[in-house]
Amino acid sequence: MTATLPAQADAERKAHDRHDIGIGLPRWLWLPAVAAFTLVALPVVGLALEADWARMPELLLSESALTALRLSLETAGISTLLCVLFGGPLAAILARSRLPGLRVLRSLVLLPLVLPPVVGGLALLFTVGRTGLIGQALHLWFGITIPFTTAAVILAQTFVAMPFLVVSLEGALRTAGQRYEAVAATLGASAGLVFRRVTVPLVLPGLVSGAVLAFARAMGEFGATIAFAGSLEGTTRTLPLLVYLEREVDIDSAIALSLMIVVVSLLVIVVLRPRGAEGLR
Amino acid sequence: MTGFELAVKLHRPEFTLDVAIAAEPGEVLAVLGPNGAGKSTLLGVLAGLLRPDSGYVRLGERPVTDTTSGLLVPPHRRGVGLLAQQGLLFPHLTALANVAFGPRAQGMRKAAAEERARRLLAEVDAAEFAGRKPAKLSGGQQQRVALARALAPEPGVMLLDEPLAALDVDATPAMRALLRRMIRDAKQTTVLVTHSALDALVLADRVVVLTAGRVVEQGPTRDVLARPRSPFAARIAGLNLVSGRACEGGLRTDDGPMVFGRGDADVVAGDRAVAVFPPSSVAVHIERPDGSPRNVVPVVLAAIEPRADVVRLRASASAEGPEWVDGLAADVTPAAVAELNVEPGAGLWFAVKATEVAIHAAGG
Amino acid sequence: MRRMLGAVIAGLGLVLAACGGGSAGSDAAEGSGASDQTLTVFAAASLTETFTELGKRFETDHPGVTVRFNFAGSSNLAQQIVSGAPADVFASANTKQMGVVADKAMIVGEPQVFVTNRLQIAVAPGNPKGVASFADLAEPETTLVVCAPQVPCGSATQKVEQATGVDLKPVSEEPDVRSVLGKVISGNADAGLVYVTDVAAEKGKVDGVNFPEAEKAINDYPIGVVTSSKNQELATQFVELVRGEVGAKVLETAGFGTPAGS
Repeated sequence: MTATLPAQADAERKAHDRHDIGIGLPRWLWLPAVAAFTLVALPVVGLALEADWARMPELLLSESALTALRLSLETAGISTLLCVLFGGPLAAILARSRLPGLRVLRSLVLLPLVLPPVVGGLALLFTVGRTGLIGQALHLWFGITIPFTTAAVILAQTFVAMPFLVVSLEGALRTAGQRYEAVAATLGASAGLVFRRVTVPLVLPGLVSGAVLAFARAMGEFGATIAFAGSLEGTTRTLPLLVYLEREVDIDSAIALSLMIVVVSLLVIVVLRPRGAEGLR
Repeated sequence: MTGFELAVKLHRPEFTLDVAIAAEPGEVLAVLGPNGAGKSTLLGVLAGLLRPDSGYVRLGERPVTDTTSGLLVPPHRRGVGLLAQQGLLFPHLTALANVAFGPRAQGMRKAAAEERARRLLAEVDAAEFAGRKPAKLSGGQQQRVALARALAPEPGVMLLDEPLAALDVDATPAMRALLRRMIRDAKQTTVLVTHSALDALVLADRVVVLTAGRVVEQGPTRDVLARPRSPFAARIAGLNLVSGRACEGGLRTDDGPMVFGRGDADVVAGDRAVAVFPPSSVAVHIERPDGSPRNVVPVVLAAIEPRADVVRLRASASAEGPEWVDGLAADVTPAAVAELNVEPGAGLWFAVKATEVAIHAAGG
Repeated sequence: MRRMLGAVIAGLGLVLAACGGGSAGSDAAEGSGASDQTLTVFAAASLTETFTELGKRFETDHPGVTVRFNFAGSSNLAQQIVSGAPADVFASANTKQMGVVADKAMIVGEPQVFVTNRLQIAVAPGNPKGVASFADLAEPETTLVVCAPQVPCGSATQKVEQATGVDLKPVSEEPDVRSVLGKVISGNADAGLVYVTDVAAEKGKVDGVNFPEAEKAINDYPIGVVTSSKNQELATQFVELVRGEVGAKVLETAGFGTPAGS
């Protein structure tokens, strides 16, 4: 009798139709849930109400706004790519390796999540900065200085965005488990082939949603960037930095730019999220 | 076709697997045993997914695991196929691509691999599912595709880990018949882990019973199921089993009382032996019966279990009766149960004719 | 991000005012015996050290009075006050942000300039790059960090640039003075343009280099009592302390200049 259960559970999950009365959700849950949603959504509405819509095109099409938008998209894109290229393998090792001390390693990877970004920026400044541990060597041997360059922006964004990718990918890897990999191995696939043809496709949804989160985080990065990379139009002044500055002189412009960030972030989340979740079914 | 031979020890917190097993080329070996007996661990060792603490595994003439030399051939170079309870079809690939995966991994060209995959899908009656993703297939259909996939790389040894356990009742007979055709009739060397006597009877040439990591019984399937020597084999064969030492005219249980029965030719008085009799041979009475039955014992009714067309009465020991009746089963008709009109906890008498009780030597 | 923090603080401030303001009002009605009153001062970040000291003096002179400070960028403070944050006194680092509040008629009378501040070049201790003049900052091998033109120190920098015709090529235009100073202290920039008082506050970590062109961009610090204050008498007394002899001494020590009019 128990033998039929998995198949039944499958069928039940699919039959999620309008007849489903949804047992198990107490009604009072709605109250805090609505409050939570309001807290998240209402300020954006407030921002939109405060905006000077007549001046919007002029404000958004200004040269400094477009430059900052382009810089933000480029740096966040490259940061996300770096997160995938380096954080992906890190997540795989965290999820699969049985090395001792992995738990400590994982906590360290999560550090940028809990650190105030400014602290992260300062840490980067004192490591990769001109007088820092690595920065000094780079400066002396190769004549490279990282602070005040676009590379510094990318480094700061990658620093803060990395845990988002690693955490969601590691979760996906753990959920997928190793059973499929074991089967693939018995079918004659080498470790490399198993990784490419089985592991990666299986966790692709997790990888995509991790990358989306990382991109969004990189787009919104402010504290680490201002502390480590500085702020110069076209080189290091990303959208959030421009918003912070514009607020000093032209609040309408700051609001318009803020709304631009909201729209870009929503686009990324809405366009990529459903495709990411689809593979799970 | 290859056979295999292994002798390994592997320590787990719950048990220690300590077995020496071999199979001839083309032989199907069923491994029976309660949960936690080490059946899946055994398969893991054969597949190369687990490293034993000591011992060796040979596939045909080829050593693949040897702890003395440190040899451990990885799973993908062993030529060992695996079909588990859940088919574990790769969810991102179509049925065809799933089946073609093994040949492709071995370096076969795409066209040739798909050609073989199509042929195998046809053989498992799943040709029409070739283009579907696993999510669009029923459990039974998935398991058929998974079988084709496991066979596609032409493994030397096939490992079946309870391949029918997760299927719908309706899908089980068809899959069992398919396994018989693709595995036993095709002379595919196979290790089949199962809980079902029927599966073992239909699919296996030989049975090995594992309990707590050790082989407690092995032999041709029919012999083991007809004359079980271990409680587990008896239980899955649906037989009552009482252990003790052989004596003249039957068997003496360890706490003293005697069970009357007919001894096998190889039974030696004083050696360990088991008395085995089917539940259908047990007569049930409210009052102590008179007459011929040699074995008449008072019991307490422990449970009433409805079966397909009979009702199984499960006994526990009564204060005045012998201990060995604990767990005995008696199959009676529903009408008879109605006539007895008893509830669990009531006192009953079980009677078994001595001619129905077979005494087997129990080894060890 | 800091904007968010400011909003939360302002929000919390509103709640506190709703509780504390009532009791302060009733105390005031009882007379000048003033016990357990709280004075809330919104002051520019560059006034942190001096005003904290003056606040302590004020508390000593007025037993039972607690002075609470909200130090932040002047534009932040101005926006908070306009949005209804409970301030008794507002001291801004420039006339423009004071104007934001005064234009809404939220300042009692005319705001008064109480100190001035001027630019100075901050360099590493000992001035290893030998920066001696404003023109030296345009040298290509000097890594320069300035304030963005959107903020007061940046607009002052721009004024000096225009007046001298020197075209600066900074590697970064920071959103506030502290960020500029941080880059110099950490050794990532050779020079930064900040206020005299900022250099004085970081004595030992940076050296200051004066340049005569700084006179072209003197920054005025106005102060005023907020009209919505429930403690106008006390607030006025605080402004008098700041503008008086004691205040002048403390502020002068920190490097602030005396306004031209007084």
